[in-house]
Amino acid sequence: MTDQQQQLDLRKDEVEAGTTTGLASPSVDVTDSRQNSLWSDAWRSLKRNPLFWLGATFGIVFLLIAIAPQVFARGVDPRACDLANSKATPSADHWFGYDVQGCDYLANVVYGARNSLIIGIFAVLVVLLLGVVVGAIAGFYGGFTDGLLSRIADIFYALPLILGALVLLRVGPETSIPILNSRGPGAVALALALFGWMTAMRLVRSQVIAVKSSDYVAAARAMGASDIRILVRHILPNAVAPVLVYTTITIGVLIAAEATLTYLGVGLQRPAISWGLQIEAGQDSIRSAPHLVLFPSLILTMTVMAFVMMGDALRDALDPRQRS
Amino acid sequence: MSTASTSAPAGQARAGSGPVLEVDDLRVQFRTDSGLVNAVNGVSYTVSAGETLAILGESGSGKSVSAQAIMGILDMPPAEITSGRIMFEGRDLLTVSPEEQRKVRGPGISMIFQDALSSLNPVYSVGYQIGEMFRAHRGMSRKDAKKQAVELMDRVRIPAAAQRVNDYPHQFSGGMRQRVMIAMAIALDPRILIADEPTTALDVTVQAQVMDLLKDLQRDTGMGLVLITHDLGVVNEVADNVAVMYAGRIVERGTVDDVFGNPAHPYTEGLMSSIPQVEAKGGRLQPIGGQPPNLANIPSGCPFHPRCPKRRTGADALPGRHCAEDVPPLRLVVPGREAACHYSEEVLGV
Repeated sequence: MTDQQQQLDLRKDEVEAGTTTGLASPSVDVTDSRQNSLWSDAWRSLKRNPLFWLGATFGIVFLLIAIAPQVFARGVDPRACDLANSKATPSADHWFGYDVQGCDYLANVVYGARNSLIIGIFAVLVVLLLGVVVGAIAGFYGGFTDGLLSRIADIFYALPLILGALVLLRVGPETSIPILNSRGPGAVALALALFGWMTAMRLVRSQVIAVKSSDYVAAARAMGASDIRILVRHILPNAVAPVLVYTTITIGVLIAAEATLTYLGVGLQRPAISWGLQIEAGQDSIRSAPHLVLFPSLILTMTVMAFVMMGDALRDALDPRQRS
Repeated sequence: MSTASTSAPAGQARAGSGPVLEVDDLRVQFRTDSGLVNAVNGVSYTVSAGETLAILGESGSGKSVSAQAIMGILDMPPAEITSGRIMFEGRDLLTVSPEEQRKVRGPGISMIFQDALSSLNPVYSVGYQIGEMFRAHRGMSRKDAKKQAVELMDRVRIPAAAQRVNDYPHQFSGGMRQRVMIAMAIALDPRILIADEPTTALDVTVQAQVMDLLKDLQRDTGMGLVLITHDLGVVNEVADNVAVMYAGRIVERGTVDDVFGNPAHPYTEGLMSSIPQVEAKGGRLQPIGGQPPNLANIPSGCPFHPRCPKRRTGADALPGRHCAEDVPPLRLVVPGREAACHYSEEVLGV
């Protein structure tokens, strides 16, 4: 398509060489009346990408599991346990076997989806929001603003994710900050995001700095575009691709980090059910009952894969040069 | 030729009035680690409606920097406009608020760049980018903006405009991309169009078409055209007046016929004799000796004197006209001709 069009152009150029009369046809026929936007073109390209549909299918399945776990647990109550079945291996009736307490493991993994997805997705959205906003402002305005915001990010970098979240979750319940004082998945997600946004910020910042000095930004400025328009319309669409890929991968990291917080006694606590809790508990008996780590890990991996596939497809769709 | 409905009365009404753009004693410095770089040192020129002014100079002569200063796209810092006025329609663009400046850019003065591919945003279709001018400045709906974009693409003679309006910059050839840039630049019917080496990245046949297109558009709209170039051939073909720049100064100014026919400055003379001539085929070109000046350390006196074959630095120099000590002002040499050389009369042979 591209090469053909360019060939046509060149032929046209050659034909026109030496003539000064207007060759353009006067008939203006706008076939589809709406102006194509970045997002409508991106969506059209997404729709044709099998990778996106694969990721989306998985994503929707996990979303449905999170919304209605009782349907997928085959009617088993995850808290109806019999110690006699402790660590029993998978069987035809109980596909994932039993955990240490003798509870049906399939039901537990299925019921864990809700908390794990809430933590992963909510935390990543906050990371994305903080990273893009702070990174874009730092990169675009530069100078003192950049210095200040980058140093703030450095301070957060100096605090380990787990340590920072641990402190925040410890003092959270004693404060009156709405989400933080709940000790629920929202608090865990927020704590993880507040100490995990810096890489996204640095990615966006460096991209914005690179794009800012491009000719098309100078051209937009020369055509009288405002700062906001330049930042939102011209710089960000060219700068978000790496951070999209980064954040999709980060979902898995954040879900796993929740498990560590639990282990330290500040994350979700039993009787809450989450994949992180299960992986953590299963580690103790990984030699006698490896399926206790295997199944939640497998599901977690598939969830992360679903998001990575969607993120990859989205990145390609946002770059017109990648579209066929 | 089909013109946008909003631009219909523009052309004739404007022609004939005084200068639209007036640059007066513009000075631009760059603050770098290796010291101050004086890129533009007191440049003055005027552009009237319908006039084509060519600003001619080699790389580093300050021709692009002065244009960027007018458009407000200099990176400040490191750049700094230390003095001067840029008068557009009676207002000094350097003193009005940034918001006012922004309103002038696009509808009042607009610009096209050397490399059209990197000047177009890769993630938007060309129609969207042309239409953005109407949406940003006139608050037009998407549908209307697209219609206007197709009309403009037609006007800059992009074939099959209605089909190609949704294509992306990378799907166009170099010449077509530059036409898209031109469509964006003329979208709001500016009174002044600055073209910064618009044909440098194009091959020769396409160059000629783009220049023809610019001339035709200028005839239709009566806009003033500032053509920044180092291409003597382009200047000769399309410009009315020419200002030759050297080391951030204008060293000679006049009509193209006068300046090219009989230069009043040794630098212009040197440029002319370095053009390949068909008659002189097989002979050797006459280059200008020496190196372009270092803008961080411009030679004293006339900045061209170290390279000048006609310099007078010894006993033959007239009092107050010592080439290595006295800076020659840009002065009227003969009616309609200005040059910054102590001995222009001699160079001219009058």
